Amino acid sequence: MLLITCPYCGPRCESEFSNGGEAHIERPKDPASLTDAEWAEFVFLRDNPKGLVLERWNHAQGCRRWFNVARDSVTYEILAVYPMGSPPPALEPRRYV
Amino acid sequence: MVENYLRQSALAHLGLEGRAATDEAEAPVRLHERVLPAAVNLRGDSDDPGFLEAVKLAAGLDLPLAPNTTRGDERRAALWLGPDEWLLLHHDAEPDAESRLAAKLREALAGRHSAVTEVGESLACIRVAGPRAADVIAKGCPLDLHPSVFGGAGRCAQSHLAKTAVTLHQVSHEPAFDVYTRRSFSDYLWRWLSDAAREYAEA
Repeated sequence: MLLITCPYCGPRCESEFSNGGEAHIERPKDPASLTDAEWAEFVFLRDNPKGLVLERWNHAQGCRRWFNVARDSVTYEILAVYPMGSPPPALEPRRYV
Repeated sequence: MVENYLRQSALAHLGLEGRAATDEAEAPVRLHERVLPAAVNLRGDSDDPGFLEAVKLAAGLDLPLAPNTTRGDERRAALWLGPDEWLLLHHDAEPDAESRLAAKLREALAGRHSAVTEVGESLACIRVAGPRAADVIAKGCPLDLHPSVFGGAGRCAQSHLAKTAVTLHQVSHEPAFDVYTRRSFSDYLWRWLSDAAREYAEA
Protein backbone atom coordinates (compact mmCIF):
# COMPACT_ATOMS: atom_id res chain seq x y z
CA MET A 1 0.00 0.00 0.00
CA LEU A 2 1.33 3.41 -0.95
CA LEU A 3 1.45 6.35 1.42
CA ILE A 4 0.64 9.30 -0.82
CA THR A 5 1.18 12.85 0.34
CA CYS A 6 -1.82 14.84 -0.82
CA PRO A 7 -0.59 18.40 -1.41
CA TYR A 8 -3.59 19.64 0.59
CA CYS A 9 -4.34 17.02 3.28
CA GLY A 10 -0.91 15.54 3.94
CA PRO A 11 0.14 11.87 3.95
CA ARG A 12 -2.80 9.52 3.48
CA CYS A 13 -3.39 5.88 2.65
CA GLU A 14 -3.52 4.88 -1.00
CA SER A 15 -7.07 3.56 -0.58
CA GLU A 16 -8.33 7.15 -0.27
CA PHE A 17 -7.05 7.98 -3.76
CA SER A 18 -7.90 7.06 -7.29
CA ASN A 19 -5.39 6.96 -10.10
CA GLY A 20 -6.10 9.15 -13.11
CA GLY A 21 -3.55 7.72 -15.51
CA GLU A 22 -0.66 9.38 -17.25
CA ALA A 23 -0.19 13.10 -16.64
CA HIS A 24 0.68 15.90 -19.06
CA ILE A 25 -1.32 14.63 -22.02
CA GLU A 26 -2.57 17.70 -23.80
CA ARG A 27 -5.81 17.58 -25.72
CA PRO A 28 -5.15 18.45 -29.37
CA LYS A 29 -6.10 22.05 -30.14
CA ASP A 30 -7.93 21.12 -33.31
CA PRO A 31 -9.20 17.53 -33.08
CA ALA A 32 -11.02 17.75 -36.42
CA SER A 33 -7.74 18.09 -38.31
CA LEU A 34 -6.21 14.90 -36.87
CA THR A 35 -5.96 11.62 -38.68
CA ASP A 36 -7.59 8.60 -37.07
CA ALA A 37 -4.17 7.35 -36.05
CA GLU A 38 -3.28 10.63 -34.36
CA TRP A 39 -6.62 10.68 -32.52
CA ALA A 40 -6.14 7.08 -31.42
CA GLU A 41 -2.71 8.03 -30.14
CA PHE A 42 -4.23 10.79 -28.02
CA VAL A 43 -7.17 8.75 -26.74
CA PHE A 44 -5.72 5.31 -26.21
CA LEU A 45 -1.98 5.07 -26.35
CA ARG A 46 0.02 5.62 -23.19
CA ASP A 47 3.65 5.23 -22.33
CA ASN A 48 4.32 2.35 -19.99
CA PRO A 49 7.82 3.02 -18.81
CA LYS A 50 9.79 0.88 -16.42
CA GLY A 51 11.06 3.54 -14.05
CA LEU A 52 9.93 7.14 -13.72
CA VAL A 53 6.21 7.66 -14.38
CA LEU A 54 4.24 10.89 -14.12
CA GLU A 55 0.64 10.28 -13.09
CA ARG A 56 -2.49 12.14 -12.12
CA TRP A 57 -4.11 11.20 -8.82
CA ASN A 58 -7.35 12.29 -7.22
CA HIS A 59 -7.86 12.35 -3.46
CA ALA A 60 -11.29 10.82 -4.02
CA GLN A 61 -12.20 10.03 -0.41
CA GLY A 62 -10.53 13.12 1.01
CA CYS A 63 -10.48 16.65 -0.35
CA ARG A 64 -11.43 15.45 -3.89
CA ARG A 65 -8.64 17.51 -5.50
CA TRP A 66 -6.47 16.42 -8.41
CA PHE A 67 -2.68 16.56 -8.36
CA ASN A 68 0.33 15.00 -10.06
CA VAL A 69 2.66 12.34 -8.69
CA ALA A 70 6.07 11.29 -9.99
CA ARG A 71 6.57 7.64 -9.11
CA ASP A 72 8.98 4.83 -9.81
CA SER A 73 6.99 2.02 -11.41
CA VAL A 74 9.49 -0.60 -10.23
CA THR A 75 10.06 0.30 -6.59
CA TYR A 76 6.76 2.22 -6.21
CA GLU A 77 8.75 4.97 -4.53
CA ILE A 78 6.99 8.32 -4.75
CA LEU A 79 9.56 10.83 -5.98
CA ALA A 80 7.54 14.04 -6.07
CA VAL A 81 4.04 15.43 -5.65
CA TYR A 82 3.16 18.61 -7.50
CA PRO A 83 0.00 20.55 -8.32
CA MET A 84 -2.05 20.31 -11.49
CA GLY A 85 -0.94 22.72 -14.17
CA SER A 86 2.67 22.90 -13.12
CA PRO A 87 5.47 21.30 -15.12
CA PRO A 88 7.07 18.13 -13.75
CA PRO A 89 10.04 18.65 -11.46
CA ALA A 90 13.49 17.84 -12.82
CA LEU A 91 14.08 14.22 -11.86
CA GLU A 92 16.75 11.78 -12.88
CA PRO A 93 15.29 9.17 -15.21
CA ARG A 94 15.55 5.76 -13.61
CA ARG A 95 17.06 2.96 -15.62
CA TYR A 96 16.28 -0.69 -15.09
CA VAL A 97 17.61 -3.06 -17.72
CA MET B 1 -36.50 20.80 2.02
CA VAL B 2 -39.05 18.32 3.36
CA GLU B 3 -41.85 19.54 5.58
CA ASN B 4 -40.69 19.87 9.16
CA TYR B 5 -43.24 17.45 10.52
CA LEU B 6 -41.91 14.78 8.14
CA ARG B 7 -38.26 15.19 9.10
CA GLN B 8 -36.86 12.06 10.68
CA SER B 9 -33.38 11.33 11.89
CA ALA B 10 -31.47 8.89 9.71
CA LEU B 11 -31.46 6.22 12.43
CA ALA B 12 -34.97 6.79 13.80
CA HIS B 13 -36.02 3.27 12.82
CA LEU B 14 -33.48 1.74 15.23
CA GLY B 15 -35.20 3.21 18.28
CA LEU B 16 -31.88 4.26 19.78
CA GLU B 17 -33.32 6.46 22.50
CA GLY B 18 -34.95 3.51 24.20
CA ARG B 19 -31.65 1.65 24.38
CA ALA B 20 -29.55 4.01 26.45
CA ALA B 21 -27.53 2.05 29.01
CA THR B 22 -27.59 2.99 32.64
CA ASP B 23 -23.81 2.98 33.15
CA GLU B 24 -23.20 5.11 30.09
CA ALA B 25 -20.71 7.46 31.73
CA GLU B 26 -18.22 4.66 32.46
CA ALA B 27 -18.50 2.84 29.15
CA PRO B 28 -15.24 2.57 27.17
CA VAL B 29 -17.14 3.41 23.99
CA ARG B 30 -20.38 5.29 23.66
CA LEU B 31 -22.30 5.61 20.41
CA HIS B 32 -25.15 7.90 19.75
CA GLU B 33 -26.72 9.71 16.88
CA ARG B 34 -26.62 13.49 16.71
CA VAL B 35 -29.88 14.03 14.92
CA LEU B 36 -30.58 16.27 11.97
CA PRO B 37 -27.55 18.53 11.81
CA ALA B 38 -27.92 21.74 9.86
CA ALA B 39 -25.09 21.67 7.34
CA VAL B 40 -24.02 23.97 4.55
CA ASN B 41 -21.25 23.24 2.10
CA LEU B 42 -19.42 26.43 1.21
CA ARG B 43 -16.94 26.99 -1.59
CA GLY B 44 -15.02 30.13 -2.34
CA ASP B 45 -11.62 31.74 -2.67
CA SER B 46 -9.76 31.75 0.65
CA ASP B 47 -7.20 34.20 -0.78
CA ASP B 48 -9.94 36.83 -1.04
CA PRO B 49 -10.14 38.74 2.28
CA GLY B 50 -13.58 40.04 1.27
CA PHE B 51 -14.88 36.47 1.01
CA LEU B 52 -13.58 35.52 4.46
CA GLU B 53 -14.99 38.69 6.00
CA ALA B 54 -18.41 38.17 4.38
CA VAL B 55 -18.57 34.58 5.64
CA LYS B 56 -17.60 35.62 9.13
CA LEU B 57 -20.36 38.21 9.24
CA ALA B 58 -22.99 35.88 7.83
CA ALA B 59 -22.09 32.67 9.67
CA GLY B 60 -20.54 34.08 12.84
CA LEU B 61 -17.52 31.81 12.41
CA ASP B 62 -14.02 32.27 11.09
CA LEU B 63 -13.22 29.78 8.37
CA PRO B 64 -10.33 27.42 9.19
CA LEU B 65 -7.60 27.92 6.59
CA ALA B 66 -5.13 25.25 7.72
CA PRO B 67 -5.77 21.74 6.34
CA ASN B 68 -7.75 19.34 8.55
CA THR B 69 -8.64 21.97 11.12
CA THR B 70 -11.92 23.35 12.41
CA ARG B 71 -13.26 26.46 14.08
CA GLY B 72 -16.09 26.73 16.53
CA ASP B 73 -17.24 24.16 19.05
CA GLU B 74 -19.19 20.91 19.04
CA ARG B 75 -22.48 22.74 18.52
CA ARG B 76 -21.49 25.17 15.78
CA ALA B 77 -18.42 24.43 13.72
CA ALA B 78 -16.71 25.12 10.43
CA LEU B 79 -14.74 22.19 9.05
CA TRP B 80 -11.96 22.45 6.47
CA LEU B 81 -12.74 20.13 3.56
CA GLY B 82 -10.33 21.45 0.95
CA PRO B 83 -8.37 24.55 0.00
CA ASP B 84 -11.58 26.23 -1.19
CA GLU B 85 -14.26 24.17 0.53
CA TRP B 86 -15.76 24.10 4.02
CA LEU B 87 -18.61 22.44 5.88
CA LEU B 88 -20.56 24.69 8.21
CA LEU B 89 -22.43 22.76 10.90
CA HIS B 90 -25.07 23.71 13.41
CA HIS B 91 -26.33 21.06 15.81
CA ASP B 92 -29.50 21.16 17.91
CA ALA B 93 -30.72 24.07 15.86
CA GLU B 94 -34.18 25.14 14.77
CA PRO B 95 -35.45 23.15 11.77
CA ASP B 96 -35.04 26.17 9.50
CA ALA B 97 -31.52 27.05 10.72
CA GLU B 98 -29.95 25.54 7.63
CA SER B 99 -32.02 27.43 5.09
CA ARG B 100 -31.61 30.66 7.05
CA LEU B 101 -27.82 30.24 7.22
CA ALA B 102 -27.66 29.46 3.51
CA ALA B 103 -29.79 32.49 2.64
CA LYS B 104 -27.58 34.75 4.77
CA LEU B 105 -24.45 33.40 3.12
CA ARG B 106 -25.88 33.77 -0.38
CA GLU B 107 -26.83 37.35 0.35
CA ALA B 108 -23.43 38.18 1.85
CA LEU B 109 -21.57 36.52 -1.02
CA ALA B 110 -23.66 37.91 -3.85
CA GLY B 111 -21.40 38.83 -6.75
CA ARG B 112 -18.46 36.80 -5.44
CA HIS B 113 -17.18 33.59 -6.97
CA SER B 114 -18.65 31.16 -4.45
CA ALA B 115 -21.16 28.37 -3.93
CA VAL B 116 -23.49 27.70 -1.01
CA THR B 117 -25.19 24.31 -0.87
CA GLU B 118 -27.52 23.00 1.82
CA VAL B 119 -26.43 19.42 2.54
CA GLY B 120 -27.80 18.63 6.02
CA GLU B 121 -30.45 16.25 4.76
CA SER B 122 -27.85 14.17 2.93
CA LEU B 123 -25.86 13.61 6.11
CA ALA B 124 -26.11 11.59 9.26
CA CYS B 125 -23.90 12.18 12.29
CA ILE B 126 -22.82 9.46 14.71
CA ARG B 127 -20.94 10.42 17.86
CA VAL B 128 -18.30 7.90 18.91
CA ALA B 129 -16.97 8.81 22.33
CA GLY B 130 -15.07 7.27 25.18
CA PRO B 131 -11.53 6.09 25.99
CA ARG B 132 -11.62 3.38 23.27
CA ALA B 133 -13.37 5.48 20.60
CA ALA B 134 -10.25 5.79 18.45
CA ASP B 135 -9.67 2.00 18.64
CA VAL B 136 -13.15 1.35 17.31
CA ILE B 137 -12.77 3.76 14.39
CA ALA B 138 -9.27 2.49 13.64
CA LYS B 139 -10.69 -0.95 12.86
CA GLY B 140 -12.06 0.36 9.57
CA CYS B 141 -10.25 3.60 8.84
CA PRO B 142 -6.69 4.16 7.59
CA LEU B 143 -6.20 7.42 9.50
CA ASP B 144 -3.84 7.49 12.48
CA LEU B 145 -6.09 8.95 15.16
CA HIS B 146 -3.41 9.21 17.85
CA PRO B 147 -3.33 12.83 19.06
CA SER B 148 0.35 13.12 18.15
CA VAL B 149 -0.57 12.52 14.50
CA PHE B 150 -4.21 13.49 14.16
CA GLY B 151 -3.78 16.59 16.28
CA GLY B 152 -6.43 16.05 18.95
CA ALA B 153 -9.60 18.01 19.52
CA GLY B 154 -10.63 20.47 16.86
CA ARG B 155 -9.15 18.50 13.99
CA CYS B 156 -11.07 16.96 11.14
CA ALA B 157 -10.36 14.69 8.21
CA GLN B 158 -12.17 13.08 5.33
CA SER B 159 -11.48 9.44 4.79
CA HIS B 160 -13.28 6.14 4.64
CA LEU B 161 -14.60 4.04 7.48
CA ALA B 162 -15.74 0.50 6.79
CA LYS B 163 -15.86 1.41 3.07
CA THR B 164 -18.16 4.40 3.55
CA ALA B 165 -16.91 7.91 2.88
CA VAL B 166 -16.84 9.82 6.14
CA THR B 167 -15.87 13.17 7.55
CA LEU B 168 -14.40 12.83 11.03
CA HIS B 169 -14.42 15.69 13.51
CA GLN B 170 -12.69 15.21 16.83
CA VAL B 171 -14.75 17.30 19.19
CA SER B 172 -13.02 16.64 22.50
CA HIS B 173 -9.85 15.24 24.02
CA GLU B 174 -11.81 12.45 25.72
CA PRO B 175 -11.67 11.45 22.80
CA ALA B 176 -15.00 12.00 21.09
CA PHE B 177 -15.48 11.96 17.35
CA ASP B 178 -18.39 13.08 15.24
CA VAL B 179 -18.60 10.82 12.20
CA TYR B 180 -20.52 12.32 9.30
CA THR B 181 -21.61 9.94 6.59
CA ARG B 182 -24.16 9.78 3.83
CA ARG B 183 -27.61 9.29 5.25
CA SER B 184 -28.13 6.16 3.17
CA PHE B 185 -24.99 4.58 4.68
CA SER B 186 -25.87 5.47 8.24
CA ASP B 187 -27.80 2.31 9.11
CA TYR B 188 -24.93 0.13 7.86
CA LEU B 189 -22.31 2.29 9.55
CA TRP B 190 -24.16 2.32 12.85
CA ARG B 191 -24.41 -1.47 12.85
CA TRP B 192 -20.75 -1.77 11.87
CA LEU B 193 -19.65 0.60 14.64
CA SER B 194 -21.88 -1.11 17.15
CA ASP B 195 -20.33 -4.47 16.24
CA ALA B 196 -16.80 -3.04 16.30
CA ALA B 197 -17.42 -1.58 19.75
CA ARG B 198 -18.83 -4.77 21.22
CA GLU B 199 -15.53 -6.06 22.56
CA TYR B 200 -15.20 -2.88 24.61
CA ALA B 201 -18.74 -3.16 26.01
CA GLU B 202 -20.31 -0.34 24.10
CA ALA B 203 -23.12 1.70 25.65
